[in-house]
Amino acid sequence: MSISSHARAKWIGVALIAIALIGLPFALASAGTAWVRIANLAILFVFLSLGLNIVVGFAGLLDLGYIAFYAVGAYAYALLASPHFGLHLPFWVILPIGALVACLFGVLLGAPTLKLRGDYLAIVTLGFGEIVRIFLNNLSRPVNITNGPQGISRIDPFSFGSFSFSQNETVFGLAFSGPIKYYYILLALLLLAIVVNLRLQHSRIGRAWEAIREDEVAARAMGIDTTRIKLLAFAMGASFGGIAGGMFAAIQGFISPESFVLVESIMVLSMVVLGGMGNVWGVVLGAVLLSFVPELLRYTVEPLQQSLFGTSIIEPEVIRMLLFGLALVLMMLYRPAGLLPSAVRKRELAKAAA
Amino acid sequence: MSSSLLECTGLDKRFGGVLALAEVGFSINRGEIYGLIGPNGAGKTTLFNTLTGIYACDAGGFSFAGEPLAGLRPDQIAARGIARTFQNIRLFGNLSALDNVMIGRHVRTRAGVFGAILRTRATLEEEAAIEKRALELLAYVGIAARANDVARQLPYGDQRRLEIARALATEPKLLALDEPAAGMNATETLELKKLLERVRADGTTILLIEHDMKLVMGLCDRVLVLDYGRRIAAGPPREVQRDPRVIEAYLGAAAA
Repeated sequence: MSISSHARAKWIGVALIAIALIGLPFALASAGTAWVRIANLAILFVFLSLGLNIVVGFAGLLDLGYIAFYAVGAYAYALLASPHFGLHLPFWVILPIGALVACLFGVLLGAPTLKLRGDYLAIVTLGFGEIVRIFLNNLSRPVNITNGPQGISRIDPFSFGSFSFSQNETVFGLAFSGPIKYYYILLALLLLAIVVNLRLQHSRIGRAWEAIREDEVAARAMGIDTTRIKLLAFAMGASFGGIAGGMFAAIQGFISPESFVLVESIMVLSMVVLGGMGNVWGVVLGAVLLSFVPELLRYTVEPLQQSLFGTSIIEPEVIRMLLFGLALVLMMLYRPAGLLPSAVRKRELAKAAA
Repeated sequence: MSSSLLECTGLDKRFGGVLALAEVGFSINRGEIYGLIGPNGAGKTTLFNTLTGIYACDAGGFSFAGEPLAGLRPDQIAARGIARTFQNIRLFGNLSALDNVMIGRHVRTRAGVFGAILRTRATLEEEAAIEKRALELLAYVGIAARANDVARQLPYGDQRRLEIARALATEPKLLALDEPAAGMNATETLELKKLLERVRADGTTILLIEHDMKLVMGLCDRVLVLDYGRRIAAGPPREVQRDPRVIEAYLGAAAA
């Protein structure tokens, strides 16, 4: 009896969340299309965080250059669907290609760093992220591949035949703007990503990642090919980054190396850590919070100061970083394992502190 | 089929200028419990680490079930059928006892990334089989009630048992135990003895490092004695026990 009522409550909860997610873009659109764009970027960051969570949260490999895979995916999309090379492949072909290329880069990064752990791995991955960005910046000569710092513009939006995701459309009296249409496809891909994450976590491969994170020597002695399993984590995480990058390129229509700087890597890592490494729902929460709160500040701090003092004393960007720092300090003090920590990770951190 | 499972010949292992193992040779027969004893620092754990691929040997080699294994990685050796426990317990401490044993099944199962993502029927069946086998093994070593407890929080004796269950999950032909009775009281040691006898009766050969001489003498069919990395004696426990070189190694020359 209690079990069935519990299950019913759960399904009602799921249904409510689903309705909220479906209705969300229209509520946001009433506040301005900019908010729908922000929601779309937030979904991309959730997607990225889920990818990084495989590497950092599941396998315990600290990666500070994760944004490089996002860049690879974005450029793969931009080069194959823009006037730059005159190629215009459909998005359902390019997204898998982007995932594959990013996956290859993941293995490329993973292979030489297999023996590194902790700080050393972090430094090498950080360097890798920078190398990719610098390459993108400079691969405009002698053969113009990436168009250097000017970036690539007029990237094709997602489209099925004549149905383009960038146009406005009215269906049954509802106005679907471009960003709203993207919202739904992003949401669908995100749900897929969450399912993939959850299923990987509770699988033979997920357990092998856990074993490596806990004790690599014991994992090897139990017959786990740590080389292969670690590379798999890098490759899986990178493919997520690659897909997110492709979607980013299509939505923005323009990309340049500037979008893929170190701070972005750190941002994604912060989302994973704030939410709770290794816990899929925690990571989702962390990414949503860190995507939306800064934007909220941007839209509230400035008018607030204007109305109070008649002028803007502190710039929103400064306040944003201030609050960000404060949030990290508070988190270290009160929730070191994240807002929604995974049970196992919580125990690991408690042990490290003891 | 020869009765010998592990053949080890002229094994050398050097750490800088220290010769930790010097021309160690021995063979273990199928179905026996083979003891490895010697004073502290004699090279017992070094020999274990060499046999399980953690260290590469500098000379000599060993073959297992007729196949030379020297130079293989630890995971390859585990796949060939040697599983081990560690002197200082190395469980996956923050995972449940059940998860620990399920990880041990990794090497005997197949499911990959796509199976996991698509939840194919083969994967689901394999997962169910992994869990079933892991629960059986926990019951086998006598800690079924602890399945969902965090490994690190188990009592010491249960942690030792869990390590054995995890090793057995890899379906080893040879189970190598590094001081399984260390820190156990007399009752626990007696129960361990029964467990190891059962493991052997069920067809697994055992290689055992142990300082508890009563256990070694009561359990092992044959014993190898190391001192300063060299083999100083080998044979049935009763004979080895009376060997003057063994007594000298343990108690000093005056006693011999």
